Amino acid sequence: MTGVRPPLAELRAITKTFGALVANDSIDLVVQPGEVHALLGENGAGKSTLTRILYGLSQPDSGEISIEGTVRKMSSPADAMAAGIGMVTQEFSLVGTMTVTENLMLAGVGIGRINRVAARTRALEAAARIGVSINPDAVVETLSVGERQRVEIVKALFHDCRLLILDEPTAVLVPQDVGMLFDSIRRLTADGMGVIFISHKLHEVVEIAGRVSILRRGKIVASVPAAGLEPRQIAAMMVGAEVVAHGGITEAVSTVEADALATSIGLEPSAVSTALVAPAGDRPPGVGRATTVSSATPAATASTAVAATSGRANTASVPALAIRDLTLRGSGAPLLDTVSITVAPGEIVGVAGVSGNGQTELVSVLCGMAEPTSGSIQIGRVDITALGVVERIRAGLGRLTEDRRGSVIPNLSVEQNLVLEDLDTFRRGPFLSRTRMRTHVHQLMQRFDIRANATDPIRSLSGGNMQKVLLARALSRNPRALVASQPTRGLDVGACEYVYSQLRGLRDDGAGVLVISEDLDELLGLCDRIVVLFSGRIIGDVMAADASREELGLLMTGQAA
Amino acid sequence: MKLLLRAHESRWLAPAAIGVAVLVTLLLTAGPIRLAGANPLAAYERYVITPLTSFGGIGEVLLASTPLIFTGLAVAIAFRVGYFNIGAEGQYLAGAIAATIPGLYLPGLPALLALPLALAAGALGGTAWALLPAWLKRRAHIDEVVTTLLLNPVALLLVQGLLNGPWRNSQTGFPDSDSFGAGYTLPAIVDGSRVHWGLIIALLLVVATWIVMSFTPLGLRLRAAGQAGAAARFSGIHVSSLQWRSALVSGAVAGLGGASQVLGVQHQLTASIAVGYGYTGVVVATLGALSAGGVLLAALLLGTIAVGAQNASVVLHVPSQMGAIVSSTLLLTVVSAMVARHYRIVFGHGRVAGTRTEDDIEALGQPIRAPEADPARTSDTGHESEKVQ
Repeated sequence: MTGVRPPLAELRAITKTFGALVANDSIDLVVQPGEVHALLGENGAGKSTLTRILYGLSQPDSGEISIEGTVRKMSSPADAMAAGIGMVTQEFSLVGTMTVTENLMLAGVGIGRINRVAARTRALEAAARIGVSINPDAVVETLSVGERQRVEIVKALFHDCRLLILDEPTAVLVPQDVGMLFDSIRRLTADGMGVIFISHKLHEVVEIAGRVSILRRGKIVASVPAAGLEPRQIAAMMVGAEVVAHGGITEAVSTVEADALATSIGLEPSAVSTALVAPAGDRPPGVGRATTVSSATPAATASTAVAATSGRANTASVPALAIRDLTLRGSGAPLLDTVSITVAPGEIVGVAGVSGNGQTELVSVLCGMAEPTSGSIQIGRVDITALGVVERIRAGLGRLTEDRRGSVIPNLSVEQNLVLEDLDTFRRGPFLSRTRMRTHVHQLMQRFDIRANATDPIRSLSGGNMQKVLLARALSRNPRALVASQPTRGLDVGACEYVYSQLRGLRDDGAGVLVISEDLDELLGLCDRIVVLFSGRIIGDVMAADASREELGLLMTGQAA
Repeated sequence: MKLLLRAHESRWLAPAAIGVAVLVTLLLTAGPIRLAGANPLAAYERYVITPLTSFGGIGEVLLASTPLIFTGLAVAIAFRVGYFNIGAEGQYLAGAIAATIPGLYLPGLPALLALPLALAAGALGGTAWALLPAWLKRRAHIDEVVTTLLLNPVALLLVQGLLNGPWRNSQTGFPDSDSFGAGYTLPAIVDGSRVHWGLIIALLLVVATWIVMSFTPLGLRLRAAGQAGAAARFSGIHVSSLQWRSALVSGAVAGLGGASQVLGVQHQLTASIAVGYGYTGVVVATLGALSAGGVLLAALLLGTIAVGAQNASVVLHVPSQMGAIVSSTLLLTVVSAMVARHYRIVFGHGRVAGTRTEDDIEALGQPIRAPEADPARTSDTGHESEKVQ
């Protein structure tokens, strides 16, 4: 506790584990009055867990929180509100059919009479405090995303809030709204409020924050004043790449950590740490590539070699998957904005990006679950933009989505789920041919090493086995193009390696594979080429062999490399 | 104390749950029966055993079960696809009205023409009554529970309106229609019994439904659509089209039930046809776990209890409504037991090894690299999620 005033909030040694995963590892964080404290980190770095703990939505395993010098226990959001903490998340908690005033009243309703007139006045005052105009009588449904966010902030201010947590507030906003939000934040901090600001967008952080704390794998790896920071340095710290220190920051990932990481993507540890430590840009590309290939596993070596040759041989042929100017509009900023990606036969293309930048939308448009506003999708020479799921599959599309449980019928058996998309091929007269089904399923279960009974309900399978079922279903038709979203999410190391080998095998057989993943290591280890999706746009396209984590990290946060 | 979703259910669990439900039903209904002045055990004997001990009794049970098979099957067909048709009652009545039309206006037809015509009319009537809610659901996503339910009293009013108006009995002046022509009688299966060919039609429908659901691609698609609509859509199944078609088939089956009742039992349209078979159909379908065989068993059980309740009211002077109380209690306990069997109870706050709460998963908002158990037991390691208390 420095100076005359105690810090607004002080988190000491906060630790939270989920089974084997340490989401927060002894985190210390101090927010001073009038300070905008930015929290940065990749997905899963522990930002959300930390803010949930501070807001009482989750209990830490150990550690304590003090607010203005007093230790407080946050058992619920009510405690947090009482302690003067407010939070605005990405998903708004507003009732669409009620007016702004009514929504604000909901926040403070207790026992007793409701004073509508007073609430309306307070709403106007709070709006004036953050320097925006809000029509207190507007029905929330009719408001834009930016306006709804302002209502959320006003709602938080209703309980005498002194520390406001904003969880990725700019993710859903168009640029003009971002400007207004920043003006509001500046007004609030001028009054002595503290703000915890979570974002992935580095230029925003540099613009608004006074202090930046960077989380990586549950730990704070750096906490530095924002003034004078280069986005490049922040990006390097976030993704854990070594950078030559210009601004005096030499935070880097340890060799041990890099090795653990390498193992998890199925490479020999030394390969990756070498690749990580030596800045990619300083090496001739050929040399860097040779180093990686020589120390990688034999299987990876072979497939890389094949890709290198087949990739060149197929440049003139028809792409396996061609996405052209795909646009999807939502209520706010466009969810997908003229996205064009071409995947050649025998190529694995990765889509990198921080989650929420259009990946889910891209996958659902490709899979036929959402209709694009404009643009086209082609498999080989077939335009599938307007086709239904069955026709897409027939055209040669394979699909592996991030929501595994949303792709299977939980109560149907493994067998039934395996054949669900090809029922008509097992038809004998009006009936299903059980024997043909059995043979097919048996073959698939052997080939894909699915360890379950064919008649078990699929919901009883582990994540890894379920993913094998979905892989088997998609690959049994020898697709021309496979869209695989977060293909190893939630899987253990062995299952991950298995998925990689299957995807590589498909690529080597001449199919095009599009992998959408938040895991940079996965993309770097698996793909031939990586494109970066940011705010629904493709803002980078690099060969994986020449790509550095640093460069990709910058792209992912919206900085041109 | 927490309830954890079971990752794995053993085979005996469902039968055991039903056994427990029956036991709980007996315990719960013993009080009311006692209050009504009878020995609960004697009453249970009357309800479920006595009706099955005589040839005549079995006949009555089959007769009482026939409309329940129709309506139960109708409800099950719709529920199975996730279309919650609560309108079997109205569709049943519409079927009865429609079958009455040829019965009254073409009385001279021979049985060979008359019966198919009247049955087809009944099916068509039921379909017509199911059409509007199904169309509203498909075109405008209007909740079918409300629309199908609200059309039930409309059908009843239509029956009453017809019987008090154009179809009033020309001889007696009572609100019953004239008797149908002689060709419009579904014959008895066995001479001297009241059990008619409607039962055979119902059984054929049960078998047909079983075959479609169990052995055809369509059946698998229907089940997929009903169990997980979004995932079925992902797999290219046209869920809303299947629901639309099932809704109409459901209406047709209920309508056939109405036709079977007027052609096999009443031989005229009377207001007494509306005794809630359509609503009981929901009970039958639910008790029968929406399967064709289950519907048949549940219909026979409820038919038995209905006949037994008549018997008990005469012999033991227990109000006949007590039978309905037993059936309803049985429904509630069985449904509760079938839901409860998915969970196991965990005492204390301690986190059970290998389980993860929904809160945790949400808190992470992120892939969990779960340490999966050794591959030999992978089928037991599905993630367990948690319901609060």
